[in-house]
Amino acid sequence: MAECHPVGFQWVMEAKARGATVIHIDPRFTRTSAVADLHVPLRAGSDIVFLGGLINYVLTSGKFFRDYVVNYTNAATIITEDFADTEDLDGLFSGFDPERRTYDIRTWEYEGAEVQAASGERDQEFEDRARSGVREAARGEAHGSGGAHVGRPNVDLSLEHPRCVFQILARHYARYTPEAVEQACGVPQEAFRRVCELVTRNSGRDRTTAWVYSVGWTQHTVGVQYVRGASILQALLGNIGRPGGGIMALRGHASIQGSTDIPTLFDLLPGYIPMPHAHSNENLDAFVAAEGTDRGFWANMRAYTVSLLKAWWGDAATEANDYCFDYLPRLTGSHSTYETVMAQLAGDCAGYFIYGENPAVGSANGKLQRLGLAKLDWLVVRDFSLIETATFWKDGPEIDSGELRTRDIGTEVFFLPAAAHTEKNGSFTNTQRLLQWHHAAVEPAGDARSDLWFTYHLGRLIRSKLRGSADEMDRPVLDLTWDYPVEGAIAEPSAEAVLAEVNGRDADGTPLTAYLQLKDDGSTTCGCWIYCGVYADGANQAARRKPGREQHWIAPEWGWAWPANRRIIYNRASADPDGKPWSERKALIWWDAEQGKWTGHDVPDFTPDKAPDYQPPADARGDAALSGRDPFIMQSDGKAWLFAPAGLLDGPLPAHYEPQDSPLPNLLYRQQRNPVRQVLAFVHPDNRLQPSGGAPGAAVFPYVATTYRLTEHHTAGGMSRWLPYLSELQPELFCEVSPELAAERGLTHLGWATIVTARNAVEARVLVTERIPPLTVQGRRLHQVGLPYHWGWSGYSTGDSVNDLIEISLDPNVHIQETKAFACDIRPGRRPIGAARPALVRDYQRRAGITERTGTEP
Amino acid sequence: MTAIDVPLTTRPDGMDSYPGTQPRMGFFTDTSVCIGCKACEVACKEWNHVPEDGLVLTGMSYDNTAGLSADTWRHVAFIEQRTAAPDDGAPGGGLRWLMSSDVCKHCTHAACLDVCPTGALMRTEFGTVVVQSDICNGCGYCIPACPYGVIDQRKEDGRAWKCTLCYDRLGAGMEPACAKACPTESIQFGPLDELRERAQARVSELHAAGEDSARLYGNDPADGVGGDGAFFLLLDEPEVYGLPPDPVVTTRDLPSMWRHAGAAAVTLAAAAAASFAVEALAGRLGGGGRR
Repeated sequence: MAECHPVGFQWVMEAKARGATVIHIDPRFTRTSAVADLHVPLRAGSDIVFLGGLINYVLTSGKFFRDYVVNYTNAATIITEDFADTEDLDGLFSGFDPERRTYDIRTWEYEGAEVQAASGERDQEFEDRARSGVREAARGEAHGSGGAHVGRPNVDLSLEHPRCVFQILARHYARYTPEAVEQACGVPQEAFRRVCELVTRNSGRDRTTAWVYSVGWTQHTVGVQYVRGASILQALLGNIGRPGGGIMALRGHASIQGSTDIPTLFDLLPGYIPMPHAHSNENLDAFVAAEGTDRGFWANMRAYTVSLLKAWWGDAATEANDYCFDYLPRLTGSHSTYETVMAQLAGDCAGYFIYGENPAVGSANGKLQRLGLAKLDWLVVRDFSLIETATFWKDGPEIDSGELRTRDIGTEVFFLPAAAHTEKNGSFTNTQRLLQWHHAAVEPAGDARSDLWFTYHLGRLIRSKLRGSADEMDRPVLDLTWDYPVEGAIAEPSAEAVLAEVNGRDADGTPLTAYLQLKDDGSTTCGCWIYCGVYADGANQAARRKPGREQHWIAPEWGWAWPANRRIIYNRASADPDGKPWSERKALIWWDAEQGKWTGHDVPDFTPDKAPDYQPPADARGDAALSGRDPFIMQSDGKAWLFAPAGLLDGPLPAHYEPQDSPLPNLLYRQQRNPVRQVLAFVHPDNRLQPSGGAPGAAVFPYVATTYRLTEHHTAGGMSRWLPYLSELQPELFCEVSPELAAERGLTHLGWATIVTARNAVEARVLVTERIPPLTVQGRRLHQVGLPYHWGWSGYSTGDSVNDLIEISLDPNVHIQETKAFACDIRPGRRPIGAARPALVRDYQRRAGITERTGTEP
Repeated sequence: MTAIDVPLTTRPDGMDSYPGTQPRMGFFTDTSVCIGCKACEVACKEWNHVPEDGLVLTGMSYDNTAGLSADTWRHVAFIEQRTAAPDDGAPGGGLRWLMSSDVCKHCTHAACLDVCPTGALMRTEFGTVVVQSDICNGCGYCIPACPYGVIDQRKEDGRAWKCTLCYDRLGAGMEPACAKACPTESIQFGPLDELRERAQARVSELHAAGEDSARLYGNDPADGVGGDGAFFLLLDEPEVYGLPPDPVVTTRDLPSMWRHAGAAAVTLAAAAAASFAVEALAGRLGGGGRR
């Protein structure tokens, strides 16, 4: 965190100054470790064993927060008899289809009830759910009984039923012992126990522990399950919904939270409404029936969706035309950035817009990215400088190797200079869901323009070209509410007008103040239901900057946090079942019986007048169907899910699988890798996978490599490698190796090393340092190689791109690549140039016996 | 005033030239909370238009700046150390990574200022020591005079450059750029008296927490430079950070040197005179002899 988020790290330092213990778990000793109380190095790719070990410790030592667990999690819920765990199936869950490489999740369900996930994959049971929904929609009913049908699950509050979540959890994690942690992660048992004790001692009624993770957790073929592991642990310890608790996701750059809320993701609409899949005859009602819930706040999904459609298509969206629901695109599968590359290679994707991203350097398997770009008809790159993605056709590594020839590349590249955040108005949403407005300090120089300017004016020009078209296909573009006021000499669209549209309006055009006002009858508009209120009273609430010292410690008047300016979500969990704070020290909100409402320091994340003893009537739906003791109001059962009966594609509980390319066998199960990871769509001669564990040829790639960022540079370098002041601080690519590995491979400090995988070979200067210690794993000495990934061949500071080493193999839930753990070889000296570079890679492939099928097995 | 009468400042706060109410301002750099982000280096260069000075991978941990120079007025040192292994035998245990942002010390007794023949170096109303670039003639006397090796000549223009403690910002009531950019309050700016108190309290706090190696550097008005306007909290010996353990203002001995030189000159003159006298005497004696 100190390395990549130094400004945010000030709060960790402040907490430390106030007595907090800081533990850093990372393969490397970094700038974070330097100021942490304890640094625990572990093998990259083994975190689920570490987290599973913690969960096992918490369960077996009895140190879980029993009152919280029984009342606020699904620990007591009984799972269907059909469920079989990895314990029973040696690393697989029930429902696995080896042909289709998917799980049928119906065996993971609650006994006596069917639930829908509040996030993640919600289309899993579309056919079952929508069938009746479609019929009922035809009868004009708003809500079908298909997908939304949820009974009351059976529970055992004693937590002793053998099929209750608590017992399943205990059995599942029983093998995640301190010995297993030592063997799989390379963390000595003593060090692991110390972490266990520190974390549990600092959790409970009086104390809370927070976890912070970054892409070191997410960029794996089991990335979502890493985070799930932390969620289970935090729920068991009662660390969610309470001050000082939670799980903080730190992202690659500013406002990634914002770009998920109002998404740049192919499978989401604003506010986490799922993008509809291409089902036949799916209308709005069937969509809501299948993907919404009957209980909790997702029961209002129709109001959120209709208001969104009204914000986008205005008067054109009417009840008669299903509010233009058919204008929305439909998913026909995964359309992530990596599938797009494969579509480019196949000639199915002709044009590509790149906004502030440098995939030729920053995405996994850079070579495949560049080969894809070379197949396009046109490419638009918007950035500050001529980044590698804009120049690959004349000076990329494949030009040098002869794999591409400039005269053969037909891609027409348009480079358009982009404005910096200091040159435009807009908001950043940080990891705490806090929106903070920034005002333009200066006009952008020259032809540089904001993304908002570019998108708005591009849309305006396209619409003017289509004007008068009678083609139905053009209606979604022509009917858009594309009417933002522009300002100044460069006709910059008003960012605040966009914010006002995101906030939403009532039938009179008055800004809404809360998402509870949203209607499903077309009388309200709202561009993102969770942001409703950010423009309350017609004022930009995100632009509030009252200093913290001039207000209450929650600082509600600094910026605006979604939803409803709540600073801690699910904060009903900060009070006990009867509505009293768990302790004075950790008081946040509480039930005021006299006034008959919830009150406290933060905005209650609960229906204000719902008493703790409220019990829903049997036919209740929506929020009314949750009891006064159900804090997790977005969940259809109101509980934190220790066990996820829906929403995940690769299992209801995190289980350890080795990374796609690993020098080690899976110590926990016979199943080596995540069986439903995405690899089959990426079989390509330049995306060869490696043998793992005990397979023949695995020893050709004996080391574990991990990639990361340095404080001095920013992601793929577009914002830093062109700047002299940053380039001089970290002038070129290096690799970090231990003195032991340096001796083993003949690497010398400041000399050159070549790192090789089945995809590519890159060269880097060598930094020999004890900060990347060798580990003892499964009885052998394991070396790790550290690789910062900022560099490319262009810019003021240059170097090879380490993402060229990495295969495309993805987490099935979110389609993220496994950049944080892979197997490699390292050798002294510079890499070959020209055609000799791919020849070296082919030689490694031959030595390891790699074929197109290697590593693709389930 | 001649060069011999170097006016050493005598007030412990180094503020003889400015007897007004403006307190002496300075830096307290608490290296125990430095995270090595180098924001201070970049902010300094941005604000003061200090040029980039070379892309060199030094191999000295994450320090590719190497040291203070004419083109580096803040410099973060990175020191990787192996310490006693902890009880739990963690594989990465026993490592320590010290980071420290170095800067001009703005000495109470500033030798650079003492030796400057043009008056380009001056003490400001904030008690800081600043080179006036429009007066500096590039003679370079100040460079060997600095006991810390801070001030340096820029090859491109021959003039001497170093930290100004953002004299221009101070005049506008702002804090220096490095302190403003520091995310962890490792670099603290303020009245020197306050900083010294704060630093003493911080050392006590660290000692109480078992960090026995914490010590202040440059805070003592009785030291060889009369105390620094920019002082530090270190976690190891100064030499570990590349700082001299016992700096002495290089002009300290100038008066006595000149006194000794003067005495020597007088002695020499006397001896010379005496030799003539002897010769004259001898001549007189010998003259008679030649006859």
